[in-house]
Amino acid sequence: MIPLRMIAFIVTLLALSLGASAQDADLKPIIGKFADSKNFRQTEAIVLELAATGDSRTERVLVALSDGNLYVRSADKGVFVGSESGSTITLSDPVSGEDAGQATKSEVSKIRVNNSLRRTIRDAIGTLTLGSDDPAVRLSAAETMFRSPDPASIPALDAAIASEKVASVKTRLEQARASAVLLSDLDDEQKQAAIAVIGAMGSRDALSLLTAYEAQAQGELKDAAAAAITGINSSLALWAAGQNVWYGLSLGSVLLLAAIGLAITFGVMGVINMAHGEMVMLGAYTTYVVQNLIRGSAPELFDYSLLIALPLAFLVAGGVGLVLERGIIRFLYGRPLETLLATWGVSLVLQQTVRSIFGPTNKEVGNPSWMSGAFQLGELSVTWNRLWILVFAIVVFFALLYVMNRTAWGLQMRAVTANRRMASSMGIRTPWIDAMTFALGSGIAGIAGVALSQIDNVSPNLGQGYIIDSFMVVVFGGVGNLWGTLVGALSLGVLNKFLEPYAGAVLGKILVLVLIILFIQKRPRGLFALKGRAVEA
Amino acid sequence: MTMWSGVRQFVGAAAVTAGIMSAATAYAQEDTIKVGILHSLSGTMAISETTLKDTMLFLIDEQNKKGGVLGKKLEAVVVDPASDWPLFAEKARELISVNKVAAVFGCWTSVSRKSVLPVFEELDNILFYPVQYEGEESQRNVFYTGAAPNQQAIPAVDYLMNEEGVERWVLAGTDYVYPQTTNKILQAYLEAKGVAKEDIMVNYTPFGHSDWQTIVTDIKNFGSAGKKTAVVSTINGDANVPFYKELANQGIKAEDIPVVAFSVGEEELAGLDTGPLVGHLTAWNYFQSVDTPENADFIEKWKAYIKDDKRVTNDPMEAHYIGFNMWVKAVEKAGTTDPDAVIDALIGVSVPNLSGGFSSMMPNHHITKPVLIGEIQSDGQMETVWETPGLVVGDEWSDYLPDSKDLIADWRAPMSCGNFNVATGKCGGQGAN
Repeated sequence: MIPLRMIAFIVTLLALSLGASAQDADLKPIIGKFADSKNFRQTEAIVLELAATGDSRTERVLVALSDGNLYVRSADKGVFVGSESGSTITLSDPVSGEDAGQATKSEVSKIRVNNSLRRTIRDAIGTLTLGSDDPAVRLSAAETMFRSPDPASIPALDAAIASEKVASVKTRLEQARASAVLLSDLDDEQKQAAIAVIGAMGSRDALSLLTAYEAQAQGELKDAAAAAITGINSSLALWAAGQNVWYGLSLGSVLLLAAIGLAITFGVMGVINMAHGEMVMLGAYTTYVVQNLIRGSAPELFDYSLLIALPLAFLVAGGVGLVLERGIIRFLYGRPLETLLATWGVSLVLQQTVRSIFGPTNKEVGNPSWMSGAFQLGELSVTWNRLWILVFAIVVFFALLYVMNRTAWGLQMRAVTANRRMASSMGIRTPWIDAMTFALGSGIAGIAGVALSQIDNVSPNLGQGYIIDSFMVVVFGGVGNLWGTLVGALSLGVLNKFLEPYAGAVLGKILVLVLIILFIQKRPRGLFALKGRAVEA
Repeated sequence: MTMWSGVRQFVGAAAVTAGIMSAATAYAQEDTIKVGILHSLSGTMAISETTLKDTMLFLIDEQNKKGGVLGKKLEAVVVDPASDWPLFAEKARELISVNKVAAVFGCWTSVSRKSVLPVFEELDNILFYPVQYEGEESQRNVFYTGAAPNQQAIPAVDYLMNEEGVERWVLAGTDYVYPQTTNKILQAYLEAKGVAKEDIMVNYTPFGHSDWQTIVTDIKNFGSAGKKTAVVSTINGDANVPFYKELANQGIKAEDIPVVAFSVGEEELAGLDTGPLVGHLTAWNYFQSVDTPENADFIEKWKAYIKDDKRVTNDPMEAHYIGFNMWVKAVEKAGTTDPDAVIDALIGVSVPNLSGGFSSMMPNHHITKPVLIGEIQSDGQMETVWETPGLVVGDEWSDYLPDSKDLIADWRAPMSCGNFNVATGKCGGQGAN
């Protein structure tokens, strides 16, 4: 659906181009009544009265009302459309849009709207925009009319269908007409045809409409509606399975992102790094800082903020990782319990540091426009942010795989893991490799934080939510094997999402844990066990 | 799993006791009255509780400017229970036995309150609890200044039913005591109002749940049965942000399926792009946007105290404001800070609240409050769309649960009972703490 704002914009343009005319006189008194409206019911009556004029210029005032931009000036009870900037409000005429000066907040009062009023306004605008020149506006008008069918609008819809040239809009108009026909007192033949049209849509909206209709229909019509409902339900069941797979992959990609850095620090190096989650958090906070700077100095770059944040997050988290390795972990190699306690301590220190600098509350990290909203794939609604995160996780995975398997640095890393003393005697500076490997793992965690900032809270506790899941994925997939992490993350995600509809989110999570424990009993080294001396040691 | 969390708790406790003791500046001074502040300043709950600590310091500061209480200055004693429930009990004991505070203001989660209850009973001190909670409790040493379910949840459901014509209900909550009890009450209430069982969907999620795709889709599907649907959300804390993000991304608008939340306030919205949330509802007893001179004055002084023009105020802050002023008034009435005298003096005390009326402490240790339903605005504030005509008395034992409908609490002599059964005429029985 096209957002209301878009309609508002187009409608405002239309209204402006038409300008003030003789009809002003008819609209003004009705609009003037808003000043005396005491409650939502009275306001609603005025909205309906405005809509009944059928004048397309009423949309300016209706849209302003819906967006909370319609004001009453206390001094003379004049009604104006206002746009707020700071403590002053710029007023304009509700019909013509002419400038009407400025006012402070205390001089005007906003006309309150609630949800049911917004619905009424949306429906009114839907009917009014049916004759628009823009196919997109007509489409959204048809959409609105489909959702809130009104038998009175059938003649208007008939006219619109007759003159419609764009096929997709025409289909939607016919569906809107069918939904209105169901509620009308037209003959059964027409209604049968309407049920067929709606049944063919196969969507949730159609299902909702038919279910409501079936409850009050009788005889053959009831049977036809029931048959259509069954048809829709069976096709939706297929989509539901596809949806679970998609949600599972999406959850898996989040797990993969969270775990992939740990697959290096814990998987390859064997360091039980409890501060891993905090590296993710540092990445998310880097994104916040970057966005904050961009908002302040170059708002036009906002859509690129994540791209800018990525390398910075890598450097920040990687840098902290480097300091951590050099300062603490290198003294503790081979002492897993002490490493665990020390890194846990570090994670608390990092959390409290961030809390002291940024405060304990959540920070707002915005979604760039290309990561907002969703698109429809049949009956599956795919949200952009989840899709991009899945793509991003896969890209990071293969980039890391390339570094590990195809570069000299990766070779040295693997050599040190396989046999430290041998690698050392071949001239590899093992301490340096250790530090760089740890920094790489931390840096990857940092860029995971950039992605996770898009779907989760940016708060000092961000990392805690991921640390257990990350260890779970790495252990399940097989320590020391990147492919294991990929397969582990994705299969855990899908498993979780298939359990969730039946077992609920809480029990689903518990079941997954139990299954992993059983699996580890059977195969202690995880899905893909690494063979080599490191694991023997 | 257990190893990690065991280590986590151990290390957490160690770090906290070692590191943050310095926050409690407890040097003895003869001519001050000490007030304990028991809010988490670290750990998961710090996000909500830190503000309340600041609020208490602010209120105490304001009172000292007015000359203190009984001619003495007030002195705040701050401890950090670090979102660790057993530590709450330890810290409460420390406040009362070591620091000899006259009253304690604190706790957020119900489990933390339950953990300190025995301490307050044993050492006979006063706790002011400022957060909305599930009810089913009334304790002699505790004064509940937050909302009971009938001061928040039930009016919200009434609003949706009457104003929005909602017929199908999703009760979504985090899996712990407050959402479960509240949902139990709501379910009983809805069924009493004639809502069919299949029109109610109850869903629980773990703390900090972040992957809401399946649940939001379920809600969408549940809502496509041809009846107007609404979500009643008792989702707590951090899980709200991804929940609302997912709602917005999947295109669920407030006009179609409104969500009314009981745990989302101005503070939580501050970390969120509220554009797509406009129109979703919250139910509280106070909004920052409430237009009264008292509130304007409070906000102005708060911002000046905290030196940040962007800080918001919220409902639990108002609860502390009311509770603190009640305590001051009761101490002045009793002429002493002795907890026993103050507990008796508190009942019947009436102080101005920030929404233009007076709140009174009732014999059941709950207070009277107005209930406001607000719609989220694009600037992260709530706009009141409905409010109860008068004040609502907090009902500690819900009338809609079979176990508690015969129970009442009255702490005045001669009854002095937190769970008096009107059917049997005896004190005690169900829900005895």
